Amino acid sequence: MMQFLWYMVLGAASVLYCVLDGFDLGVGALHLFAKTDEERRIFLNAIGPVWDGNEVWIVIMMGGLFAGFPNAYATIFSGFYTLFMFLIAGLIFRACAIEFRSKREGKGWRSFWDATFSLASILVAFIIGLLLGNMIEGIPIDSTQNYVGKFSDFFKPYSVIVGITTVALFAMHGTIYLTMKTEGGAHETVRKWINKAILSFIFWYLVTTLLTIIYMPHMTHRFIHKPYTIAFPILAFLAIFNVPRLIKKGKDGLAFIFSSLSIAFLLVLFSLGTYPRIVRSTLDPAVNSLTIYNSSSSDKTLKILLIVVMIGVPLVLAYGAFVYRVFRGKVRLDHSSY
Amino acid sequence: MDVLFLSRLQFALHTAFHYIYPPISIGLGIMLVVMEGLYLKTKDLKYKKMTSFWIKIFALTFALGVATGLVQTFAFGTNWARYSRFVGDVFGSALAAEGVFAFFLESGFLGILLFGWDRVGPKLHYLSTIFVCLGAHFSAVWIIVANSWMQTPAGYEIVDTEHGPRAVVTEFWAMVFNPSTIDRLCHVVLGCWLTGAFFVISVAAYYLLQKRYKEIARSMMKIGLSFAMVSLILQLISGDSSARLIARYQPGKLAAFEGIYQTAPKTPISVVGWVDAKNETVHSIKIPGALSFLTYRDLSTPVTGLDQIPKDEWPNVPLTFQTYHIMVMMWAVMFILAVLGLFYLKRLETKKGLLWPMVFSVVLPHIAQQCGWISTEVGRQPWIVWKLLRTSEGVSTSIVKQQVFGSITMFVLIYTLLFVLFLFLLDRKIKHGPEDVRQDDFIYQNIGKMG
Repeated sequence: MMQFLWYMVLGAASVLYCVLDGFDLGVGALHLFAKTDEERRIFLNAIGPVWDGNEVWIVIMMGGLFAGFPNAYATIFSGFYTLFMFLIAGLIFRACAIEFRSKREGKGWRSFWDATFSLASILVAFIIGLLLGNMIEGIPIDSTQNYVGKFSDFFKPYSVIVGITTVALFAMHGTIYLTMKTEGGAHETVRKWINKAILSFIFWYLVTTLLTIIYMPHMTHRFIHKPYTIAFPILAFLAIFNVPRLIKKGKDGLAFIFSSLSIAFLLVLFSLGTYPRIVRSTLDPAVNSLTIYNSSSSDKTLKILLIVVMIGVPLVLAYGAFVYRVFRGKVRLDHSSY
Repeated sequence: MDVLFLSRLQFALHTAFHYIYPPISIGLGIMLVVMEGLYLKTKDLKYKKMTSFWIKIFALTFALGVATGLVQTFAFGTNWARYSRFVGDVFGSALAAEGVFAFFLESGFLGILLFGWDRVGPKLHYLSTIFVCLGAHFSAVWIIVANSWMQTPAGYEIVDTEHGPRAVVTEFWAMVFNPSTIDRLCHVVLGCWLTGAFFVISVAAYYLLQKRYKEIARSMMKIGLSFAMVSLILQLISGDSSARLIARYQPGKLAAFEGIYQTAPKTPISVVGWVDAKNETVHSIKIPGALSFLTYRDLSTPVTGLDQIPKDEWPNVPLTFQTYHIMVMMWAVMFILAVLGLFYLKRLETKKGLLWPMVFSVVLPHIAQQCGWISTEVGRQPWIVWKLLRTSEGVSTSIVKQQVFGSITMFVLIYTLLFVLFLFLLDRKIKHGPEDVRQDDFIYQNIGKMG
């Protein structure tokens, strides 16, 4: 029970992280498509006030995993060692690029940091997807809960496709965020991207869905045995296909909400397929997989954690909402901009 | 060089680089409370300018602290998987409390500090400053709880699971207030206060030398020096108390601090010297009986030497000895500077020979803290959790040395980049000075939104 509750807390944190950092990673992924310096600055400043706050959720997720499921934390982090190093590098270079870029006028300087910003954003989004793909597909974990594979094992086709899908998803999410936050010429530029972004995501989403149904029977197991859960894939499908409809009608705000809902539903689908596993073992799925039961802290610790969360999280959310309220509206460049 | 050594090196790199920033946040946090308190009391605008100047530097430091702290959340699991499994249950609650309470308090109210001057009243603004300061201190509390538990474990039991033994919390408050928590917390926080005080002293000395913002610089100098003096005296008491605690719980560590190989009455302390580890002797200027006196308040009682400790439980004595002595020496240098500064306070602007060392004094608390941490962490070896888990038993088994070598190279690159960024932005802010409050404030606007 305690384990389940903490799993839900982590799930909620993951949804928040993907919805929030998702759009600013997406904006980063699209950065090089903007041709003029002015446009690039507008897009950068659209995420300027919030991107680092969004990234805090990844720290909360990691800390929450360590606290509640130390065994899963230990296995995943030591197993995915090199991938995590690239993830850290991506996150930090991205932060440096945002801070450094507009500090000098030189063309070479700005092009270098623009490229760094964009590539690092794509890298981070891709690694997040790749991790999710590997958690679905499974990795070689032995009976001592240790990873025994190679680095190249992470790049199996299915996981790579989940990685690409994630980049496409965040790119779509970021484009929609930008339409909401821009006006004038920059807004027109984003309008030109939006259909392509949505179409490319829907293409990759369908490919991933198809591959999951064909090759990942353990992911569809629950839908067959508990038919009412089929409601979630349907909801996910409806949310995703609602996005282009709303964009066409010019309801950018609603489109963003539905894009966020799509992300949330996709993560719910992930959980429905994987629960109660956190990471599947390909060596002996039934015994070696890390579940929320064989990897958790004691009930006493989980109880303390839940108390902390119940007191703390409402405060954190209230503050976050306050910040987004202060910075609502369209972006304008001024002396304090990037 | 094996995975164990490289992992230790990498973790040392992470913590050493991270620990540049939190002490500045904590120390400046308390300085801000003093400065803004003076503003509220006197309504003198110079204090307001001073406060908003240091808030900007606080925000910059905080951002770097978060970025380097992000790496820490990965570092336990990537290289210390077995350790993470062992301590996860104990660390869990401390980490969660830190994340939610301390971090929220600090980042949440920082926004109001930065751009809330016009949006909230002066009292509410001051309250936010106090909250930010408290938040910074709370984050120290939880991380010291976790680290102190590794030094003096309490409130736990060892449970054998199919994946090896692990520590499970039995009494939460006994775990939190384990025997060394309070002493170590005081010692660490005072170190942070010194960091803040000498940062303020350094910038004030720089402005006085440049003959800029003279009035503000004079007040900053006064605040910095007084605060440094108080902290230095308190640190003396705290250091003494910590050493006696270590004598009781980790005698081998104390022996390594002073290079005591043989247990003998009238145990001396060394002022300076070097350790000949091969022949197990220390060549140094000694004060006979001083360690006996400091530990037991009695000149003749022998202090436990390394001969009482099994040899496979000895830490690296030369490294522990030197870093410990450098830490103590830094205290002495800071003390001399603070005394001279206070003595010449009225005529300081003419004393270039004193102002220049003061500009560079900003590094003294940092050297002391880095060395202090090395001595206490290396002094705990070979244990990662005192007497419960050896460091060699805590390292990940699924990584190879090429991976760790690669990541160390990457981190050296990243940390160099971050440090250059930090110095670059810091330099701009200091050169910019405390007069103009509005301009060039993008970074702290940003950070204000963190949370």
